[in-house]
Amino acid sequence: MGKHIGKQTVILDNPPSIIATSSTVGPKEASGPLGEYFDVTTEDELWGEDTWEKAESKFVKETIKDVIDKAKLKSEDIQYIFAGDLLNQLTGTTFGIRDFNIPYFGVFGACSTMAESMSLGAMTVDGGFADYVLATTSSHFCGAEKQFRFPMELGTQRPLTAQWTVTGSGAVIIAKEGGGPYITSITTGRIVDLGISDPMNMGAAMAPAAADTIVQHFKDTGRSPDYYDLIITGDLAEYGQKLLIELAKKEGYNIGEILTDCGIEIYDPDSQDTHAGGSGCGCSASVFAGYLYKEIKKGRWNRVLFVATGAMLSPGSSQQGETIPGIAHAVAIERGISKRK
Amino acid sequence: MNKIDQMKNKYPSMVDEISPKNTVVINSLRAFWVGGLICTLGQFINNIFLRYGFTTIEAAGITSVSLIFLGSALTALNVYEVIGKYAGGGSAIPITGFANSMVSAAVEHKAEGYVFGLGAKIFTIAGPVIVYGIIASTALGIIYYFIH
Repeated sequence: MGKHIGKQTVILDNPPSIIATSSTVGPKEASGPLGEYFDVTTEDELWGEDTWEKAESKFVKETIKDVIDKAKLKSEDIQYIFAGDLLNQLTGTTFGIRDFNIPYFGVFGACSTMAESMSLGAMTVDGGFADYVLATTSSHFCGAEKQFRFPMELGTQRPLTAQWTVTGSGAVIIAKEGGGPYITSITTGRIVDLGISDPMNMGAAMAPAAADTIVQHFKDTGRSPDYYDLIITGDLAEYGQKLLIELAKKEGYNIGEILTDCGIEIYDPDSQDTHAGGSGCGCSASVFAGYLYKEIKKGRWNRVLFVATGAMLSPGSSQQGETIPGIAHAVAIERGISKRK
Repeated sequence: MNKIDQMKNKYPSMVDEISPKNTVVINSLRAFWVGGLICTLGQFINNIFLRYGFTTIEAAGITSVSLIFLGSALTALNVYEVIGKYAGGGSAIPITGFANSMVSAAVEHKAEGYVFGLGAKIFTIAGPVIVYGIIASTALGIIYYFIH
């Protein structure tokens, strides 16, 4: 059983192992810098479906099928799914998983959902409530534009701070036994809102939450940034990351050298016209499942702090003049550990 | 003042400093030449119909319809979004942009059906233009009535 330390952190005494991952992305992500890492890539955004929403559900479904295959399990072996997406009422996820007959917890943390799902899944396994848990999230550029912004064919200009929602899904299977990498600790974020109201600058809205969670993780665990080989945030993108570095510095933590961001890694802004970088639930999920997991397995990094970030706004809240509450959840992943029994 | 409130005061200026600014001059130049080109095209169409014997009022109507057709067709062909990305207000403000705002919403929401999808959502972006356009023209009409 795990134990709670400090204000917001849980140490998992029986660290669950991530035994398999799978990622599916659309054509833009496939032609980006991380293209070769993704397991399945589609030729277009619709993937044979007739709406963006149905396409997103297909991404969810196919990614889950693939990850279960990779773990050499059957869907009956999975005891819980923790999953979510950005569409209203989590329809992307719900319709994607409805044929699997696996008990399901729907999770919403905006773009932080992957870390939130993994946190809950790991705690469930560590607590002895399940042997195999699946955590997954998805997002779809066209579906997100339609819901949060404008129709696809509308001729508009995006500001330079805008981000590009990733079309993709990532899934992981968290198991009681396995050869790692392991989820060793979790710092659950709280809502942080420093008054940013521009929905086209979400990196700035989320950076304070990322700083808050990362700093709290160090305080709770007594660790310093040196403990990690890599800290990777979800989708702060170029300008959010600069703000995070500044905010952490004010708290006395210098994390710039080991810091990167899924939204920065996934696209090449110069050739792909993505402005500040990627975003969306599928951004951190596909980058974790496709790139991070594989590189951790290879031994490039031994200790990674995965901090997915979310901007908890709705189109209505922005129009009513509300500021954007941010959140960030941190999951520590370590390649090898000596199991404490 | 607690720490969060202190940060709330300082943070917006931090964000302003780091966030890049749009290039107003370049954007304005692009909007100017593309918007100007669309209007010149409108004048060209108008002149042609005047030459073929239509009255001024008829020619104006036909010109609007032609530009609306052009904007709609370019939207359907996924070309107008490319123009819009380059020209911004230059292609949004002329009547072709109005057509684009309606057709793009119609295409996007066709998936939710012809009544509550296409039919209802077609005005999502164009609606305010119509509402405030009518209010403004009515107000100006009243003012015009009294000063003449």
